[in-house]
Formats: sequence, C-alpha cells, structure tokens
Amino acid sequence: MNDISEILNLPPYSLDKSTKRELLDPVFSGLCHHHYAQCEPYRKMMDALGFNTYLQVPYGEIPFLPVRLFKIFDLFSVPREEIVKTLTSSGTTGQAVSKIFLDKTTSANQTRILSRIVGSFIGPRRLPMIIIDSAKKVMDRNHYSARSAGIMGFSMFGTEHCFALNDQMEPDLDGLLPFIEKHKGKPVFVFGFTFLIYQHFIKELIRRNIHLELQEAILFHGGGWKKLARESVSNSAFRKMLQDTCSIDQIHDYYGMAEQTGSLFMECEEGYFHAPVYADMIVRRAHDFSMADFGEKGIVQVLSILPGSYPGHSLLTEDEGVIIGEDDCKCGRLGKYFGITGRLQNAEIRGCSDTYVNGLG
Amino acid sequence: MLKSGVAVIPMSMDWDEVKVLFPIKFDPASFAGEPAWEPFHPLAVSFVNELSKALLKDPTVREFPDVAAFAFFCRKANMIRLKENLDKESLFRLGRGLVFHVTPSNVPVNFAYSLVAGLLSGNVNIVRVPTKEFEQIRIISDAIRQLYDSPEFTDFLKRISLIRYDHQSQATSVLSALCDVRVIWGGDETIAEIRKSPLRPRSFDVTFADRYSFCLINADQFVEEKHPLEVAAKFYNDTYYFDQNACTSPHLVIWTGEDFNVEVSRKLFWENLHEVVLRKQYALQPLWAIDKLTAFYSQAIQSDGIRRLVSPDNLLWQVELKDLSADIDKFRSVAGYFAEYHAKSLAEIAPIFHSKYQTLAYYGFSKSELSFFMETFRPKGIDRMVPIGQTTDFSLIWDGYDFIRTLSRICEIR
Repeated sequence: MNDISEILNLPPYSLDKSTKRELLDPVFSGLCHHHYAQCEPYRKMMDALGFNTYLQVPYGEIPFLPVRLFKIFDLFSVPREEIVKTLTSSGTTGQAVSKIFLDKTTSANQTRILSRIVGSFIGPRRLPMIIIDSAKKVMDRNHYSARSAGIMGFSMFGTEHCFALNDQMEPDLDGLLPFIEKHKGKPVFVFGFTFLIYQHFIKELIRRNIHLELQEAILFHGGGWKKLARESVSNSAFRKMLQDTCSIDQIHDYYGMAEQTGSLFMECEEGYFHAPVYADMIVRRAHDFSMADFGEKGIVQVLSILPGSYPGHSLLTEDEGVIIGEDDCKCGRLGKYFGITGRLQNAEIRGCSDTYVNGLG
Repeated sequence: MLKSGVAVIPMSMDWDEVKVLFPIKFDPASFAGEPAWEPFHPLAVSFVNELSKALLKDPTVREFPDVAAFAFFCRKANMIRLKENLDKESLFRLGRGLVFHVTPSNVPVNFAYSLVAGLLSGNVNIVRVPTKEFEQIRIISDAIRQLYDSPEFTDFLKRISLIRYDHQSQATSVLSALCDVRVIWGGDETIAEIRKSPLRPRSFDVTFADRYSFCLINADQFVEEKHPLEVAAKFYNDTYYFDQNACTSPHLVIWTGEDFNVEVSRKLFWENLHEVVLRKQYALQPLWAIDKLTAFYSQAIQSDGIRRLVSPDNLLWQVELKDLSADIDKFRSVAGYFAEYHAKSLAEIAPIFHSKYQTLAYYGFSKSELSFFMETFRPKGIDRMVPIGQTTDFSLIWDGYDFIRTLSRICEIR
C-alpha cells in the first residue's frame, strides 16, 4: 500500500483537480491491490468482475462496492487480532446494521483527517463545546454506534463539554444556561445530529418559547435528512429555526457515513458539500454506472483514501446527488462541490411475492 | 341469518375498516351459510363466460394485456375443456364451502384467477384484493357488478365478495375462523403472517410460497432459430414484464448442446433480449441497478469462479457459472439478472431441483423428453414445464395443486 501520510498532511481543500488526480490515482489503485491481497471476499469480487488490481487506473475507474454489502458481510483486510474497533451504523430502524472494522492505523487516520477538516472551519484552538445529545446515550460503551463515534470524534475539538439534553432527551436548561452565560460573546462549538437537534432541541425550545443567546456559536450537524424530510422540514427551514431559537448563523451540515468515517464532506458558506483532498465524490448514472455530467443527478459514489483495514475506499451509496462544479466554488475551497438531492426510492415492484429482498445472499 | 354450526363472529370486529368493492353489503356470516355447489355448475360456467364477454367488449381492456389474458382464460370453450377433464372421474364432488382468498399485493389480476378457481370448484368466495387501487381491479369488479344486474345471476349474490383492508385489520382472523379453505398468495412472509390466524379444525390452507424458476435451452436447436428476436420477446414477457419478480420468472438459464452451438446461441439470445429490453423502453429503477450489483458481489463472495459477462449497461446482467451449486436459487435479483450455465447433460443438473423450483421455461425440447426427465430423475421440485413465453399463463393447475380438486370434496356413494 502507498504511504498516504504526506497526503494526510495537506490542508483539506488545497489541491486543484489535476494535481489531486495525479496524487490520488496511485493511492486508490494501491488500495484496490492491498484489499485484493488481504481480503478474500474482495478478491473474489474483483475476480468475478474481471478487474485487475495490478494495473493502475484513474480512480474514477476503480470498482465501487454497494454500502449494503457491509450489512451482509464482515469485510476486513487486516488480521482479526489487529481490529481495535468495530463501528456499527445506526441504520434505519429494523434493518441490518453495517459493520466497519478498524485497526489502529485506520482509526488514527480517521481522527486525524476529521481534525484537519473541522479545524479548517473553527481554527486551530479548541472551543467550549455544546453537544446536542444526552451524555448517557453517548457514553454507553457497550454500544459503539456511529452516533457515539461521531460525537467522540467531534468532541476532541471542544473543551468543557456540555451536553444539551438530559437522560430523557429533553433540553437540560440547568446545565445549558450557566454555560451560555459563562461564554457569552465568545465563540462556542456546537455539534449534534440533524434529526436529534430538530426533534429534541429546537422543537422543544419553540414549544417552551425559550430563546438562547448563541450569536458567536458555530454549529456542525449531520446524519441525514431522511427523517426531517418525512416531517417536511427543509435545510433552509431548519437553519431558520436555529437562527430564531438560538441566534446561530454559522451552521454547517456535513455529508458522511459510518462506512467512511473521517473524510467528511463539509457544507460551505455557499451551502454546498465539499470534497476534501483525501476523498472524492462521483455521480453515476443508474443506466450503466457511467459518470454523470456536472449538474446531472445520479447515484452518489464516495471515495476515501482512509479505509485500509476494510475495503471501503470506493462505495456506491443509495443517495442521489448532483455535482455543482469543481475548484470554482465562491467560498474559495478547491475540489468538487455538490448537493445531495435525496435518497433513492424503492419503486413499486411487480411480481407475486409480497416481500422484496434486496440482493441479500 | 346465522346458521347453526357456523363460527360466531367476534363482536369486537370493526367492519368499517373493510372496504367492500362487491357486493354493497358485506355479511360474512350469511356467506358462510350458503351451500356449496358441484364443480362447473352451469350457472358458474355461464357467469365466468359472461364475465369474459363483458371484459372483451370493454375498450379500456385493450390497455391492460393482463386483463385481456384473464378474459381469454374465462372463455366458455376453455371452461368446457376443463370440465371434461373432471367428468372422466365420475365421482360426486361438491365445493368445500367458504373459501377465503388472500391475494398478492403486486399482481393486479391474480385475485380474479383465484376467484374464478373458487367459483368453478363450487365455492362461496371472499376475496381480499390488494390495497393498492389498481385500474385492473376496478375494471374487473365493475364488470362483475354489472353482471349482477341480470336476473339470471341473482343466486350469485352470496357467492362473491371482493374486499380490501389494511394489514392491521382484525378481518383476517375473523374470516380465517369462518372459512373452509384459505388460499394464501404473496409468498413466505405473507403466509407466515396469515397463519397466525387459526383455522377451524377441518379447514386447511392452500399456500403459494416463494418459488424459483429457470429456463432450459437446447442450443443445438436454438442455433437454427429463424426468429431469435421473437423468442427473446417471449422471454421478456416471462421476466421483465413482472420485473423478474414473479414466482414464474426464470433467474437461471441452463444451456445444453454442443459447445460451439452453445456459444453461438448464447450470444444470439442475450443480444436479442437486450434489443427487446431497449425497444420496450424498460424502466430500470436506480435502486434495481444497485440491487443487481449487490446480488452479483454477494454471489461472487459465496461461490467460486463466477464471472460477469460484458454488457453495455445495467439493463441486463449475465453471470456465468463455473459450477451449478444446489444453492443457486439464493443468488437472485430483479429486473434482469441472470445466472447461466452450460450443462453437459440433464443428469448433471437434476440433483439441484429442490422443492423451491416451480416453473421450467423451455426451448428445443419435446414433451416426451421432459416427461422422461421427470420420470427418470424424480426431482423434488419443478411443478410446471412450459415453452418460453408461457410462464405467466395461469392455469387451474398451479404449483402442483389442481384447484378444482383441491377446493372441492368427494362424497363417496357406494
């Protein structure tokens, strides 16, 4: 496998497209070959596909695994004893969860990259931090979910962590109000999952008619819009509610998944997700999996150079997105910038069986 | 009019949850009290035939080939042929009584076939139709309603009921406790769900579980085919027409014949099929493309030496097998995903046909060759062998059951 440490040291939005491709092509081909050599299921998949991992190809041409495969199979590319953490995705209720196997190196690289990306938004100093979740739910070490992992990951950018929700998942004003008072007029870092922020925080503040003074706060949230879309809450409505209830202006959504923890796609001031140098995003046409043009909606493929302990460096999601452009976002960051337009919908299928099992083996 | 011996309907049942398409008032208890008739009762035959006529006259039916096929199935000539087959037995038969049909949610016309099977075998029928409001259901239930206006069929008022209700409804338990036979379509999960509602001791289920179907092509014949595009179009109807998700849709294509002929035939067959799929403008849903990719990788991980054959797009996935394993039925997908295998002989493949196998779609074999195959190898599965293009044709013999005989009882008179 190629040494990626030099790339990991680069600032997250510092490469233009040709430099990025030149740098990453050998890395991704190297990752394909590494997983081919170390992960038997991956080898069998590549052989069945007829993909030769000895050859270097542009990273847009390497195979992608559907994220669903991580729910069906245990896929890892290191000896079992080197696995230090197994991350599980929250998954939609009632469905199988993804299992992501991390060794020390991959886990450390995830932390390092998350820190680079978030640091580029909040600056090098750690800030007093509000976590919009319940400490009890997050600290449960028996259940290392993506939610806990996300909070743990982000909490390293903060000091004096203040959990905004109590054990009953209600706003904990007794803890929150003194914290806000203490840091009045100074920057504060706020983190939470989109739906939890809406459901257990904003809605409750509105109901109780409470206003919080968080003018200087910078808020990061992620975890998807699926549930909010069901309640017909748009990104802009969500932002407006946060402004109205907490006076927060600096709000950044991010797009990411447990299967590629660390290399997040952060939302910029213009409202677009940005691919950092360690990762990329490609939109594919369902008809033949060819690359879609900029501005054309399609299936989102995500790539990350971080997954070394499991073959998750190139994944086909079930999200639908559209690339807006590359290297020319008004926010000034280099790299591709894009939007996520939704989740692929399961159309009504014909046939006499009422159950429709998605390609499970 | 609750007759003695008829199960009492729990008072807690809220019948407002049940939408009745036909007749206007739904009274399951009085239904249960109606007498059974002998199979192919003249009135039943005439009713089914009139239904056929009414549908064939309806101009909107032209837009629905599945309704047209149903109307065609219901012609009198077809009924007479079926009746003659039963008459040879010279046994006295009567319907079982009340048949409760639970029909699949995604095949619009299936309910109508189930109903006709119930009527012709002499039963009173309560049919649960899909909750989704298919146009085909409206067309057929409208046609039935119109026939009721004719005085000839007044006796039919208590022999047909079409109802629609939600999964949460109590109606399933109530009707299960009332019926003599319960016919369950919709696959393994539906069967498990419906079976939570007990039947009376003498009642029984006729179940249509999840099945696996395949195709057998004699390449030595296929290379000579003058119209491969027509064969491909028939195969399209067997598969893509139901998103390759009907129990009858082949997922596996087995080739027999000389190596050279198999190579030529394969190319010919798949290229023509791809052409048909393009011409029909088959709407591949994005998620189905991902399903196929997932199925392929799952299969690659769990079997040895499979290979995807080069295809220009995701409309058609062909997976070449090195070995034909007994669990090949596990590796299926939808909307155009086919495993294929070149068999050296029929003897080689016979052991894999376990009880899940339903339909064999064939090309280039004679009926006697196929009978010989079944007699020689006696596989646990395979309930139907039909030429390519006929897999979805309904018949009163289905999944190994003879509907008329299963839904009627014999009274032995010595």
